[in-house]
Amino acid sequence: MGALGFILNAAEGERSWRLAEYVRRGGYSALKKIINEKIPADQIVGELKKSSLRGRGGAGFPTGLKWSFMPRQFPGAKYVVCNSDEGEPGTFKDRDILRWNPHMVIEGMIIAGYAMGCQRGYNYIHGEIWDIYKRFEEALEEARAAKLLGNNILGADFSFELQAHHGYGAYICGEETALLESIEGKKGQPRFKPPFPASFGLYGKPTTINNTETFASVPYIINEGGDKFLELGKPNNGGTKLFSVSGHVNRPGNFEVPMGTPFKDLLEMAGGMRGGRKLKAVIPGGSSAPVLPVDVIMECTLDYDSIAKAGSMLGSGAVIVMDETTCMVKALERLSYFYFEESCGQCTPCREGTGWLYRVVHRIEHGEGRPEDLDLLNSVTDNIMGRTICALGDAASMPVKSFIKHFGTEFEYHIQNKKCLVPEDVQRAGSGFFKAA
Amino acid sequence: MLEIEIDGRKTEVADGSTVMDAAHKLGIFVPHFCYHKKLSIAANCRMCLVQVEKAPKPLPACATPVTNGMKVFTHSEAAVKAQKGVMEFLLINHPLDCPICDQGGECQLQDLSVGYGQSASRYQEEKRVVVNKNLGPLIATDMTRCIHCTRCVRFTQEIAGWMELGQAFRGEHAEIMPFIEKTVDSELSGNVIDLCPVGALTSKPFRFAARTWELSRRKSISPHDGLGANLIVQVKHDKVLRVLPLENEDVNECWLSDKDRYSYEALDSEQRLTKPMLKQCGEWREVDWQTALEFIGTDLKRVVREHGAASVGALASPHATLEELYLLQKFMRGAGSENVDCRLRLTDFSLDGKKVTSWLGMPVAEIQKLDRVLVVGSFLRKDHPLLAQRLRQAAKKSTHVNLLHVADDDQLIALHAKSIVAPSVLATELAGIVKAVAEAKGAPADAALAGVQPSAAVKQIAESLASGEKGAIFLGNFAQQHAQAATLHALAQKLAELTGARFGYLGEAANSVGGYLAHAVPNAAGLNASRMLAEPRKAYFVLHAEPELDCADPQQAMAALKGADLVVVMTPFKTRAIDYAHVILPIAPFTETSGTFINTEGRVQSFNAVVKPLGETRPAWKVLRVLGNLLGLAGFEQDSSEAVRAEVLGGKPSSVAERLNNRADGVAINLADVAPALQRIADVPIHFADPLARRAPSLQRTRDAAPPKARMSAATLAKLGISAGMQVKVSTTETRAGTSLGGTAIIAAQLDEGVPDGCVRVAAGHESTAGLGPMQGAITVERA
Repeated sequence: MGALGFILNAAEGERSWRLAEYVRRGGYSALKKIINEKIPADQIVGELKKSSLRGRGGAGFPTGLKWSFMPRQFPGAKYVVCNSDEGEPGTFKDRDILRWNPHMVIEGMIIAGYAMGCQRGYNYIHGEIWDIYKRFEEALEEARAAKLLGNNILGADFSFELQAHHGYGAYICGEETALLESIEGKKGQPRFKPPFPASFGLYGKPTTINNTETFASVPYIINEGGDKFLELGKPNNGGTKLFSVSGHVNRPGNFEVPMGTPFKDLLEMAGGMRGGRKLKAVIPGGSSAPVLPVDVIMECTLDYDSIAKAGSMLGSGAVIVMDETTCMVKALERLSYFYFEESCGQCTPCREGTGWLYRVVHRIEHGEGRPEDLDLLNSVTDNIMGRTICALGDAASMPVKSFIKHFGTEFEYHIQNKKCLVPEDVQRAGSGFFKAA
Repeated sequence: MLEIEIDGRKTEVADGSTVMDAAHKLGIFVPHFCYHKKLSIAANCRMCLVQVEKAPKPLPACATPVTNGMKVFTHSEAAVKAQKGVMEFLLINHPLDCPICDQGGECQLQDLSVGYGQSASRYQEEKRVVVNKNLGPLIATDMTRCIHCTRCVRFTQEIAGWMELGQAFRGEHAEIMPFIEKTVDSELSGNVIDLCPVGALTSKPFRFAARTWELSRRKSISPHDGLGANLIVQVKHDKVLRVLPLENEDVNECWLSDKDRYSYEALDSEQRLTKPMLKQCGEWREVDWQTALEFIGTDLKRVVREHGAASVGALASPHATLEELYLLQKFMRGAGSENVDCRLRLTDFSLDGKKVTSWLGMPVAEIQKLDRVLVVGSFLRKDHPLLAQRLRQAAKKSTHVNLLHVADDDQLIALHAKSIVAPSVLATELAGIVKAVAEAKGAPADAALAGVQPSAAVKQIAESLASGEKGAIFLGNFAQQHAQAATLHALAQKLAELTGARFGYLGEAANSVGGYLAHAVPNAAGLNASRMLAEPRKAYFVLHAEPELDCADPQQAMAALKGADLVVVMTPFKTRAIDYAHVILPIAPFTETSGTFINTEGRVQSFNAVVKPLGETRPAWKVLRVLGNLLGLAGFEQDSSEAVRAEVLGGKPSSVAERLNNRADGVAINLADVAPALQRIADVPIHFADPLARRAPSLQRTRDAAPPKARMSAATLAKLGISAGMQVKVSTTETRAGTSLGGTAIIAAQLDEGVPDGCVRVAAGHESTAGLGPMQGAITVERA
């Protein structure tokens, strides 16, 4: 791991997740600063706005702006919720933050509670990372014992309770309103908006939901100032960012780099292409982000604006690297199956459309494609996108659209020749699970 | 107010309105499935997507709030493209088996697919198949047709008050289902059939009986509870095949109780009586009307001659029409007898003579506007399903609904406070509320309440009532039937005065109010229903009632009827009258006669016959008119039910309002606690309450129609040395006026912690408990 970065890169060393270690690294100093200097809430939100911190869960919404939506004078309960329901294929950063540096998230959430006048928070943790859920619970116990959570934190007139809540692995529960439903004990299904959680959230009360990495960025901004955070990255894209690199690279893993780092640098950090093969395509922001072919991605820097300009999304920073041995039809089939299985079934276009998309891609992959299928896929995705309550419909559609756009010839080859443009043995060789023939 | 323009037409709507609301206001139709005006917004079907100026994506009209100056296009190219896209998705997994689907012809999906669907499908894959569910005897399922709009789910949750359906599983595997091994048992369950936009939920009894376009639709009024739900009776070949709600926001909104909906099955049952029957020399034989009526005329004259006119009595059901009740009393009074009554389950008649015409005391539609409610002595949810529904909605907002009752049944209403006590102390408990309120308000204490000690529960109720602005006190069926009904009345009236609340009765039957207005109650010279049976008459006329099930004391009724010289029973059914009657006349049920019901709020609702009378059945008003002629009585020249109604109501139904009155002055408050060792609580279960419901086969298969049991608390069971499930012999052994009113029934014991200690709840209105005596008072229970 490189030197720059404060979330994962700073959390090296033995038992880095312990409270004592975190404090040794300067942890909870931001909270102490706020309490001791009685920093007003407006100033905290102002620093966040200055920092250009954008939501790390995928949508990239400016965090300071989101916090300012919370009704300050609202009487009664208000909530802060952390979304650690990391379910997007390719994304595995939040689990590492919680694994190595859970107190940074806790500190960020306490500050959020302070800034927005909330007295209770929840961290909703993906159901399939049980060990991390347990570690987070331990961290909470440590924080409670140290009076960093509970009544009159650090002697101030400010109380904040934080609870961990684990899901059961449904992708849809990562959608913030489905997540709220799930915490409430209901079936995880997104709510229609408006009303937005800032006015009608958990148990109908004003609620702010941020990603794990977003909360983890907060202490740094308080300690060092919003300007310094912004300087780490590039204008409108402040800070460092975790990228989960997976696929055909030599050293897959999480990499914390400044926003605006060139993609080719990240690829290098990940050890370059496996077996020295040629890069074919990259999904830059998690499986729902449109795929970019090699020539486009190699010109990109890793920040919200550059990737958006290239026609995709930085998303959660999950970089899926595919080399020349990849069959794009098979890759899309796998992605489509995921969204088909994970649709909550609430709205018509997604419930019916994701299955349809999967079945058409499936038949192309299995040599039963028809000439009209690519038009059909495009038309079905048009009918799903923007027509559903949440973004899962779009998430299911964007891979289909982008795979066809950039690798249409491969799909056409499949349909015409009932087999793959990339020979079977080459695919096997590239998969890493089989020895080359 | 917000200004909005839809399809080029401008309107103004209130803040918080949705685009759908505005479209409705303009009369613009936006296609939809999941949206329903009475249910919460789900926005899941996506059929109502419309184009909104400056919005990048189409938005659902049902869930999009109007903003000032908004411009909406419901039929633009973009909107229609979105709507057509959704329709295609809805159809890809829909079986398209319209020719064999019961919903065919009245299916929203079918109708909208004409406008938004394509003639051929682009989806060539296998379609989804979903296993059907058993939702009970009333609702048939074909879940493969389901489009997951969740209207049924939201109905059970929000309107019926108990989530009996839900959507399980995800994505394409999502299914609507009841809880495992459960059926849908709500007394309002049939409404999900109306709500279902496709053929997934259809009526089990109606299944495959007819196509919608073969049916004639005729308006009618439900003859069951005091609400008088408005009906559309659907008829084919002079047979009633289905009953649906006729929307009336002031009465039943768009709902029906299952009893309203499915009781029609009794109309065409084997149990219908189709010919007049005459018992001669101990033998029953079918006769023609002429013979039957002439026999009655001759024999009645004989009885009057031999025993005097006061030896004749008439017992009518409060489910009879206004016209029938009016002509019955006119006939009786013409014959010289004042003995006529339609309040068969009442036991305390001491309000008679005080000009009380008990009614709701307010319009039904204003129930939701109340902020404080106290219901006294009511099996609310089963006695008045749709009034309870209104209270449920009110309680969800901010209305305090309080209950003082003798059984802790779950009303599925978020009650503010409740007090559940034995019947013998019901009046004392109500007196406690009056006393607590009086103390709080600094009103002078009533001497009769001197010894009353308000309990904690009633203090909470009193606080609630005292703090409200628009309150109401309602007396339910149980309170009306109570031996201290007049005391309860006086206390409730007092309470209403103290709190400024309204005071009323939840009318027991469809025409309970009509009975008073038709004078089908005795005046000072006459005998009420109870005395007519306690002091047996020589001749009885029975209209629409089954005294063995409908009277406060079935044993007493049977004894009186069996001992009479002449019993004329007018009924649509082959009842047990065969055991005690001398003449049985087949008269028309509500579907075969015109008539009028006056509901509990005093609403006059007239209806026409929807089918021809079955066999030789005749409308009872015609029969009574002819009987009047046969006896040579004056004033029996009416040639239509309208003429009879005009005679009762003075030609203008508005005069009814002037005659409704709950106020009675100078009623003695009697709080004497005469509690026997073990006292009976008798409810009249929803599907046993009237002759029609009792004979509707599907209703009789529901959970609500389970045979009565002897329900007791654990303490009572232990005291009696009985365990739940055991067969027990229940007996009523009260002796009154020298006549033993004993009776027994053998039923199963059941644990019910909602029954106060020292009480046994045994339902009335059912064959298995008809052998018992009075509905209230002492009861004994022993091992069978």
